[in-house]
Amino acid sequence: MKKEDKRHMIVGRRDFCKLILGGLGLLLLPTVTSFASRKRGYERWYGTKYNPKEHRYGMGINVDRCIGCGRCVDACKKENDVPDEPFFFRTWVERYNIGEKEEVIVDSPNGGEDGFKNNTQEQRILRSFFVPKLCNQCDNPPCVQTCPVGATYKTDDGVILIDEKYCIGCRYCIHACPYGMRFINPRTRTADKCTFCYHRILKGLSPACVEVCPTEARVFGDLSMVASPLRRFLRMNKIMVLKPQLNTEPKVYYAALDMEVR
Amino acid sequence: MSKIRMLWKKIPEQLRHLLVPLVIIAAGYLLVRWILVPADFGYLGHYRASSITANLQKPIRYAGAEACEGCHNEVGATLKQGYHRGVACEACHAPASAHSEDPENIKPTVTRTRTLCLLCHEYLSTRPTGFPQVVADSHNPSRPCVSCHRSHDPKPPQPLKKCEACHAKIQGLLALSNHAELNCTSCHTTPARHYTRPREYPPQRLQSRQVCLDCHDKTASRVQEISRVDGATHGEKYLCWQCHYPHLPEAR
Repeated sequence: MKKEDKRHMIVGRRDFCKLILGGLGLLLLPTVTSFASRKRGYERWYGTKYNPKEHRYGMGINVDRCIGCGRCVDACKKENDVPDEPFFFRTWVERYNIGEKEEVIVDSPNGGEDGFKNNTQEQRILRSFFVPKLCNQCDNPPCVQTCPVGATYKTDDGVILIDEKYCIGCRYCIHACPYGMRFINPRTRTADKCTFCYHRILKGLSPACVEVCPTEARVFGDLSMVASPLRRFLRMNKIMVLKPQLNTEPKVYYAALDMEVR
Repeated sequence: MSKIRMLWKKIPEQLRHLLVPLVIIAAGYLLVRWILVPADFGYLGHYRASSITANLQKPIRYAGAEACEGCHNEVGATLKQGYHRGVACEACHAPASAHSEDPENIKPTVTRTRTLCLLCHEYLSTRPTGFPQVVADSHNPSRPCVSCHRSHDPKPPQPLKKCEACHAKIQGLLALSNHAELNCTSCHTTPARHYTRPREYPPQRLQSRQVCLDCHDKTASRVQEISRVDGATHGEKYLCWQCHYPHLPEAR
């Protein structure tokens, strides 16, 4: 009689509790192991004791300060080996001319690299300003979502990078970027764009465009650092990002941005 | 072993037949995935982790102002106190990372032409108000900027205010001419009483050719941009200002 009882009772109450707790523990195991391996992993790929989780890079651009000299465009091309042709830019400067009848005329001869010539248009200009553009390093990047092979990705410090060796050149990301920041590099035949000069910023240097900007129109920094020029920039100015309605959450912040800028 | 065989037998036969191809497919999938997916893929996220290393190993071309100031600390200190304090060395002197590693053999560029300065200082209606600008065509068109402005400590050249009070038109012309930075008194000897009783004590024009020939003679040791004549044969019986008007921008 006793034997039969035990056969019906497959698991006792005590064993049942042990099993449930053990199972729950097993569920947690991958999280724990991956967390441990991640900590170990960063040093392997970054080469230093750098923890990207502690940083979040961003840039501030003061439109009122930009004089359109194009030194940033020139420096970017030299630093990053961008082909010196008028179609390929990681950053460029646009001149907005808003006419008497609120018509918007935008020009950017050779990305502004050779400077700008005076307006020759017939119509009278109501207001006029320069807008530097570069990859917005979105927190919610459409280009990363759309890449079919994982060749573009967001690092843990928030910078969007491209894996040149893994990119298949399908151009999906170029279509996905609402800011038109990407292009196919004719030399590598892969997608290319601004990386915030990732090779410079991790060595403590500023991006090339920020380095050469003569009017300090560009401010680069770590958003997670409370006392930094970038945080001061965000505190002292009224900030706008490009196309906020798309919820891409850019990390390039513009001060004194005009409503006509797209 | 016999227990496993017992279990295997317990599975219905049709399922046992299906299991074999299923296992082969799964093993094939894992094998193909192992071959195709790089070992470092998915380590940090949905990407090859070694791509971060590749991105970090790109060469640095711009050394940064701090690297420059390590040696050129005097120029750096001058720059910090002038209007160009925000301008990085490499904005004008081109990327100098190679120079900082091999200072003896690789030299950075020194631009003495007007084009580089005018990228920032040419008048554009789009530029912010208050930013110092010139109209290049009327601002000493033949002269490089560095002949009047020191780029490490730029200051607008100050014409002599004393004379300008009365001779504003001449001063205006002079400011545009090649002789902009000459004082009035370097050519005109002015008696002190001229300032109080100008008509009774007029200043003098040059009485000799020597002041002009100090710069314009072909043997003069001045910068080469200055036009030269042979002082011995060029219109010797006249004084220079009897043919040339040095206040004019196009002084001929």
